[in-house]
Parts: sequence; C-alpha cells; structure tokens
Amino acid sequence: MLEPQTGVPLNPVTPLTAPFWDGCAEGELRYQRCTACGTANFTPTDLCRGCTSRELEWRVSAGLGTVYSWTVVHRPVTPSFTTPYAVAIVDLDEGYRMLTNLIGVEADAVREGMRVRVDLHGVGGERVLPYFRPQFP
Amino acid sequence: MGHSRGVPGPRGQSDKGDRKGHDAMAPESHPYRDVVVAGVFNTAQARRLPGHTSASITVEAVHGALADAGLGLDDVDGVSAADLSARLIHDLRLGPAWRGTQYGLGMIAEAALAISAGMCDVAVVASGEAGIHTDRAATAPWTRPENEFVIPWGLFTAAEFALVARRHMIEYGTTEDQMATVAATIRNNGHANPEAVYHGRGPYTPADIRASRPIAEPFHLLDCAMTSEGGCALVLTRADRARDLRATPVYLLGMAADSYGPAYQHPPAYDLAGRTARDADDRAGTVGRRAADRAFRTARLGRTDVDVLELYDPFSFEVIRQLEAFGFCAPGEGGPFVADGHIAPDGKYPATTDGGLMSYSHAGSNPQMLQRAIRAVQQVRGTCASTQIPGARVALASAGGSGALFNQVALFGTERP
Ligand SMILES: [Zn+2]
Repeated sequence: MLEPQTGVPLNPVTPLTAPFWDGCAEGELRYQRCTACGTANFTPTDLCRGCTSRELEWRVSAGLGTVYSWTVVHRPVTPSFTTPYAVAIVDLDEGYRMLTNLIGVEADAVREGMRVRVDLHGVGGERVLPYFRPQFP
Repeated sequence: MGHSRGVPGPRGQSDKGDRKGHDAMAPESHPYRDVVVAGVFNTAQARRLPGHTSASITVEAVHGALADAGLGLDDVDGVSAADLSARLIHDLRLGPAWRGTQYGLGMIAEAALAISAGMCDVAVVASGEAGIHTDRAATAPWTRPENEFVIPWGLFTAAEFALVARRHMIEYGTTEDQMATVAATIRNNGHANPEAVYHGRGPYTPADIRASRPIAEPFHLLDCAMTSEGGCALVLTRADRARDLRATPVYLLGMAADSYGPAYQHPPAYDLAGRTARDADDRAGTVGRRAADRAFRTARLGRTDVDVLELYDPFSFEVIRQLEAFGFCAPGEGGPFVADGHIAPDGKYPATTDGGLMSYSHAGSNPQMLQRAIRAVQQVRGTCASTQIPGARVALASAGGSGALFNQVALFGTERP
C-alpha cells in the first residue's frame, strides 16, 4: 500500500504561494480562480493563464479529481524518499491540474481515470502536503 | 529490414512535410548556405574525468575541433559555450569576439546565423562538463525539480518522461517491449562503438532491457540515459573559406526549436496545448512537431530524404515519440514502427548510431545535446568508426524532449542548400 512520505525536501514558501500552503495547514485545498474569465489557475500565479488578467481570487477546491497520468518510482530522486511512491498528475473537478503523490492504493492498482480525493498529511516542520487517495476505497 | 541504401531519392520532394496548417513560407534564400561546419570533436567521455574541470575539458574540445577544421585559435572570432562563453573569450584571449547565448542545437543555428549576418567569420560552439557529479546517491543533478510544487513529490527526469510515456501507452497501446526495442538497438550501437562509455557492454535483447531493475515505471534502468562527463565542440565558418579546411564541409540544412515552457517546473502533461494549437496533435506530447516541419521546410527536404536519425535518447520512449512528432510515422504508430526494425542500423531510419545518451555518453546538461549534431556531421562525412551508414548524405539531429517541454531539430548534409 502506498503511504505518505516523511521528511521530503521542501522549497521555501513565497508570498505568492503562501495562501495555498496556509490552506493545506488549515485543511483546505486552494486554487486561484480568475474573476474576469473564470479560469481555474494552479500553480499559484500573478497572471491568469487564461486571459492574463490580474483579477485572481483564492477558492477552496472540493478536492475531488481523476488520475490523468502516473508513474511508480522505484529509484528515488534522493534518499530522503521511501520507495515505491507514485507520482501522479490529477485533474481536479474545478478544471485545473496538479502534481501529487497517490496513497492508500496498491502500486499496481492505479488506473487512468481513477477517481481520487485529497488527503492532507504533515511531512515534517509545518508543511502539510496534499496527497490523493482513491475516492471510494 | 533489407532495403537499398545509398540510392538518393528525388530531392526536395515532400512526403510528410506538407501536413496541414503549415502556411509559413520557406526562406527565399537559404539562411545558412554560406556557412559550413568545418570541424567537430568529442573529448574522451567517461563516467568521471579525474583532473578535469568543465572549462578544461571544454578547451580540450575547442582545440580538437579547430585541429579537425585545420584552423587555430588565432582564426576564431566567435564563441558560443553556454555559461562558459564569456570566460573562454577572456581566458583564451579571443576578444573582441561575437558571443553566443543559445543552448543545445540552438547554439549551432545561432552561430551559423551570426556568420551569415557578418557578425563573425569563425565561430566555435563548445560545451563540456567535468568534476560536477559528486553526489552519486542522487540522479541527474542538473534536472532536479526546483520549485515547491514538484520537489516534495519526488519528481525527477525519469519520472517526468515516464508521465508522458504513460499517456502514450494509454492513448495508443504502446508497450514496454517496444520501448525496450529502442533501448536495445541504441545500446547495441554503443556496444560496437570503441569511443562509447559503455563500449562492449552488450549485446542486448529487449528482454535484457526489461529484466533490468525498475526506475520509474514503465522505465527500467536500461531504458534510461547514463550520467557521464566529457566535452565536445564544433567549428563553423564561411563557406568561401572551405579551401582552407581539412575535412569535408558539412552544411546546416535547417534548424528549429519548440518550447512549451520551463523544464522541470510544471507537470509534463501530454495534452498541454497552447493557444495556437492547429489540431489535437499540437500539444506538449508532440513537442518538436512544429520544429521538424520548419527545419524540413528550410532544408527543402522531405522525411524520406533523411538517411540517418541521430535522435536524442534520454529515455527509450522518447525515440518513439520523436519519430511520430517529426513525421517519420503517424501519431501512435511509433511503437510498431520501432518493433518493425525501422531504426536498426540496416533499417530505413537508423537511429542514434553512436549509442547516444544511453551508451555513448550523457555528458552534463549541455554537451550531450550537441553530441547528436556531432554524430550527424560524422555520418554525412562518412567517418564514423562504427555503425557508419553507407552513403549517408542527410542526417537529422535532435535534442530536448517532452519531459522537459522543449525539442530542437537540426538537419545536416554535404550538399550546399
Ligand atoms: Zn482569466
């Protein structure tokens, strides 16, 4: 069964990205929605990727999505990762996409189009990471 | 895969070069016709090169390429060496000199344009890396993810490319066996190449590739490039100086590049598309498609005019992907295309004949992108010590790939365009 990591490398939070990480710490998966054109933006940005507007507001995602692609990693990027782990691209129902790791599923049971839901886990320090697990285990 | 080699088809005829939506015109006069690649050189390549620095191995490559051309440092008035350009101009006392700013195959086109435009007469395009890879516990250090939305997920090069390969498997049914065929073919070319880091390590069958340990599914260890050190250089000059030169002059027939954004910062989604996408196949998974169309148009050549493909091979799958993106087979047909032996040395499109990044060398981040071009030049000169394709007149080189969201394509030949 794939599990969350502990002690993974983390890059510094920036003023632009702080609302996202603050949301994770508060149990919310946040993204930016453009009030001009409605595009859901992720990763955090200062310009809407749909229309270049700066009118972006933070919203809370329902945290539900589908697996677009994934890879089960057996040789980690650095020894701080425990293998195997599953890197995945998940399409959120709000219309944006994020990179994540899948947990709560056997590595060989992951499928394209699998429904998943967010599952927040602390990984050391104050950082809480959004993992995804099968929506209907 | 018997077929006749060395019988040139009619030049300038388009086969797959006229796919819809390509409305831009070929340049009236060829942009590089007054420029030749006069010299090429690879230094020794190895997992480690003790005693060398990136600068010292690059300078060794510069000397080698100039000697190959029959020129010397006194002739040089242009330098493109990525982040070493300014230092080389200063430390080799080459100033005042034109200074290039591009990377990978873009360095060659930029230097050719600089010569065409009268900005310099003899440009060295050089790159080398040594003494960098000290962290042996980690994978390719130059491609580590660097932002907070990829690094905690354990993303790295193999995983990036695997995410693209997986989509190709889902959409087209591409198999691990087909990928393993690519790896075995290229590694066997390296096995036969006395200059390859992994010379003599084979031969390999696809089953050997699949039996190696898994890295990032669907990739096994032998589906992946190595890491190594080394230097390489090319010398470009005006075609009217060809009589001063030692080696057969080679022309840059066409070059173009595609980018979908920064490498290793965003998830490499197969279906990432820009606002100008012409059809469903214009997406990051087919990056290089536009570049290939443009390179062929500049060269006024079609796909069947190409004799050898020095494809960039960071991962086995990427060769399958590029064969489709560059128009050598239709989208989704890359897997069966390689399984049918098309990229074998006796196939219609022999690929990556020196062993490539998997077996010849994956020198640092930039040198290895030039090395596909150096091999392409050696092929059309007819001077390869191993796996020389008889009668090769036109060679394609590529660099970059879908996992890094960019792809570069260059065509070389001995006939003045
Ligand atoms: Zn917008």
